Amino acid sequence: MTLHRPHDAREIAEIVRHAGAENHTLEIVAGGSKRAFGRPVRAAQQLNLSKLAGLVSYEPRELVLTARPGAPLADIDEALRAEGQMLAFEPPQWLNLLGGAGTPTLGGVLACNLSGPRRLRAGAARDFILGFSAVNGRGEMFKAGGKVVKNVTGFDLSKLMVGSFGALAILTEVTLKVAPRPETQCTLLLPGLSDAKAFDVMARALNTPHEISAAAHLPELSARRAHLAAEGPLTALRLEGPAPSVAYRAAETEKLFGGGVRLEAEASALFWREVAEVRALLPDGAPLVWRACPTPSRAAAIVAAVREKLPGAEAFYEWGGGLVWLSLDPAEAGPDCGAAVVRGALDGQGHATLVVAPETARASVEVFQPVEPALAALEARVKAGFDPLGLFNPGRMREGV
Amino acid sequence: MLAMPEPDRAVLARRAEIIAALRKIAPGEGVIDGERERRAYECDALTAYRQTPMVVVLPETTAQVVEILRYCKANAIRVVPRGAGTSLSGGALPLADGVLLGMSKFNRIVEIDVADRCVVAQPGVTNLAISHAVQGHGLYYAPDPSSQIACSIGGNVAENSGGVHCLKYGLTTNNVIEVEFVTIDGEVIRLGGKHFDSGALDLLGVLVGSEGLLGVVTAVTVRVLPTPPGARALLIGFPSVRGAADCVAAVIGSGIIPGGMEIMDKLAIEAAEAFVHAGYPLGAEALLIVELDGCAAEVDHLVARVEKIAADHGAASCRASQSEQERLLFWAGRKAAFPAVGRLSPDYLCMDGTIPRKEIGAVLLRMKQLEAKYGLRVANVFHAGDGNLHPLILYDANKPGELERAERFGDDILRLCVEVGGVLTGEHGVGVEKRDLMDVMFDEIDLAQQQRLKCAFDEANLLNPGKVFPRLCRCAELGRMHVRGGALPHPDLPRF
Ligand SMILES: Cc1cc2nc3c(=O)[nH]c(=O)nc-3n(C[C@H](O)[C@H](O)[C@H](O)COP(=O)(O)OP(=O)(O)OC[C@H]3O[C@@H](n4cnc5c(N)ncnc54)[C@H](O)[C@@H]3O)c2cc1C
Repeated sequence: MTLHRPHDAREIAEIVRHAGAENHTLEIVAGGSKRAFGRPVRAAQQLNLSKLAGLVSYEPRELVLTARPGAPLADIDEALRAEGQMLAFEPPQWLNLLGGAGTPTLGGVLACNLSGPRRLRAGAARDFILGFSAVNGRGEMFKAGGKVVKNVTGFDLSKLMVGSFGALAILTEVTLKVAPRPETQCTLLLPGLSDAKAFDVMARALNTPHEISAAAHLPELSARRAHLAAEGPLTALRLEGPAPSVAYRAAETEKLFGGGVRLEAEASALFWREVAEVRALLPDGAPLVWRACPTPSRAAAIVAAVREKLPGAEAFYEWGGGLVWLSLDPAEAGPDCGAAVVRGALDGQGHATLVVAPETARASVEVFQPVEPALAALEARVKAGFDPLGLFNPGRMREGV
Repeated sequence: MLAMPEPDRAVLARRAEIIAALRKIAPGEGVIDGERERRAYECDALTAYRQTPMVVVLPETTAQVVEILRYCKANAIRVVPRGAGTSLSGGALPLADGVLLGMSKFNRIVEIDVADRCVVAQPGVTNLAISHAVQGHGLYYAPDPSSQIACSIGGNVAENSGGVHCLKYGLTTNNVIEVEFVTIDGEVIRLGGKHFDSGALDLLGVLVGSEGLLGVVTAVTVRVLPTPPGARALLIGFPSVRGAADCVAAVIGSGIIPGGMEIMDKLAIEAAEAFVHAGYPLGAEALLIVELDGCAAEVDHLVARVEKIAADHGAASCRASQSEQERLLFWAGRKAAFPAVGRLSPDYLCMDGTIPRKEIGAVLLRMKQLEAKYGLRVANVFHAGDGNLHPLILYDANKPGELERAERFGDDILRLCVEVGGVLTGEHGVGVEKRDLMDVMFDEIDLAQQQRLKCAFDEANLLNPGKVFPRLCRCAELGRMHVRGGALPHPDLPRF
């Protein structure tokens, strides 16, 4: 298979024009760490963006960072850390979850719109993109958005790029809004709550003004697997901010929900890293993993409905119930990997993605939540507006996109 | 004056028949065709531009919107959606041959979901009514445009409106989680939901801020947040605007994101003080208002830190509010700044560019030079935290040529914003006002890409044409693959 490693947007435009003229498709790869996520792409050639790396500019006082998509996330993180800043959406590390290959890059995280525990409060990756340059499927270089934190000039194509899995255009430069790193953090661990009680606590805590920045519930089995090796379920609430504020809010939150264990600073960070990385909290080597985003208050009911049909299902919860990680038993789940059961339980209110499954399964099952016909037709027209010949990542999201 | 698309004579000739057909869909008061009544809709808050619409239709249900749009599509009739008509960029400016689709009857809050912290509202509900509806639960809706008592949530979605608090809490786009809209083909599409994110293309992300060009919004779900337990404001006087701007950068550089951070220049300070007597420092060249919200432990801690930073940056005066009453008084002057400036001059134009914060001092200096060039005064009131400027250009529409001069002045300011790395509009939208400046920021290919998105939603270009893009979309040509080697696709297309 031909492998392209372009150095800049011009070279990419040329490769794309050539692909258009020759009518062959392209798989877009940056660090390659998300290749096992989504439907497998069968493309004639691969376009690798790893040479398109590096920071372009970073102005901490403007809260603005511009980088090229092949930049490893670790490099971005290091540059930000040196200035006491961060990506507020807390991009999660899925290396272990997806099999360990590759290097997570900025482009990859944006293309998949991946956000970590703080998504609950701060927003998703899509909320932090300010502008970009890219090459469309016509081989044209174009840009949209800007390099300032507030801008409504023209359609917000930046948001459309995030989460498009490379199906619309090849990013060549992105500008993000960054945020100050909170001075400190602490996590309250409430042990022993039943699922129902935990959901009640999380919902009430999130309705207090104590600015909970992450809320997770690990039922007993997940909690045992965590590095904390708890004996029973753990419900976790994180508080971040200036030290006096965190101390006060932690005490107030404990007054409401009872004192548990407090994880301070580093210990708290470590706990949430493990939650965001997912793998360690699921059964060893779990072969089928779903990521469901239901209406948060319905999360427990949805998992109960799944369990009724698939008793081997196991779950843990992030985002106060807005994110459910579900591990299914392949024998029970059957050839559709449990798609009908999981999506049936969601009942149109939310979406579920099959994150971990054998490649053959990901080729035949709808990995991403199917959409209504009118919306599917609109998506296809939008795709055609960017990539009329269907050159980029064919079928990665679904047929037609 | 900007030109609008040529009215379609064939449509105008069928006016009576069209009105009769629309009456069948929206009976009674739903169709307004009287000359005088229609004139109430001739402009939005960009009052320099006026056009009486062919007919006004005020639907009450999504089903009616569907039928109206289907009818308009089938009969090639242009449609301009309208919320409360407070747009400052002429987004809701009617067309002579168009249906003005007013959404004011969609005025119900549909659902309050406390457990999931969201509110489902019809698009005609005002921004402030959403916060009022959840106040009793200790919740509020964060984006707070100064027009919030009047502007509609549908208009906010269309313009991606901001407000004083959006530095910390985001714009409309960061707080809207679901939208139901009707396409010009009459299809009802739902994007998003009470859940986080989606497994599909982020069309919600482009619908927000699409200025009525992609679809008619018929329901909006917004995320609401717990109300901060308290807030304090600091009123800091500086001997120069640059000093105030440096202080803003230093506050952010030190890791503090205030709830709001606003600068007013001398002319604005004096106008506001004369109007509301908020105790603003009259000798100052610039006034910085910083608001810190959260629990008392946090607020008091940050107030002390900001006071120190202000002193280090040459502040001439600094007062921190000691009571809620005093905090509101500090804001009263800022909130009344536009009407206060309005007392200095019969008319003003409100500009809306955003620049990198580090350029604030230099840009305001250049603006002073432009004041001399155009012989017009400017008062500056702006969202300093995010570099979003609101220069108010004072003019008198009754003096021949002054409006044109003010517009050219405004254009120069926006060009300057782009020149220093900024953008044409931070929150008011492009509309007609900034339409012909789009080429300053985007090249032909950039604009063609945006127009192809428009074509995916509205191929016949019937929804709000003449706004945002300096040239009308020709979808058939844009869809063709005839661009070679980066050559311009349509150098020959006529402009408005
Ligand atoms: C005094 C004053 C202060 C202001 N302060 C601010 C501020 O602080 N921040 C800020 O961001 N803006 C501000 N604005 C601008 C304005 O209030 C906002 O842009 C507001 O969101 C417009 O809402 P509206 O309901 O009045 O919309 P309209 O003016 O009626 O329409 C605006 C645009 O939205 C479209 N539209 C309206 N409803 C729909 C719908 N249901 N479906 C599809 N399209 C629709 C229209 O076609 C038009 O393009 C201010 C305006 C005034 C007059």
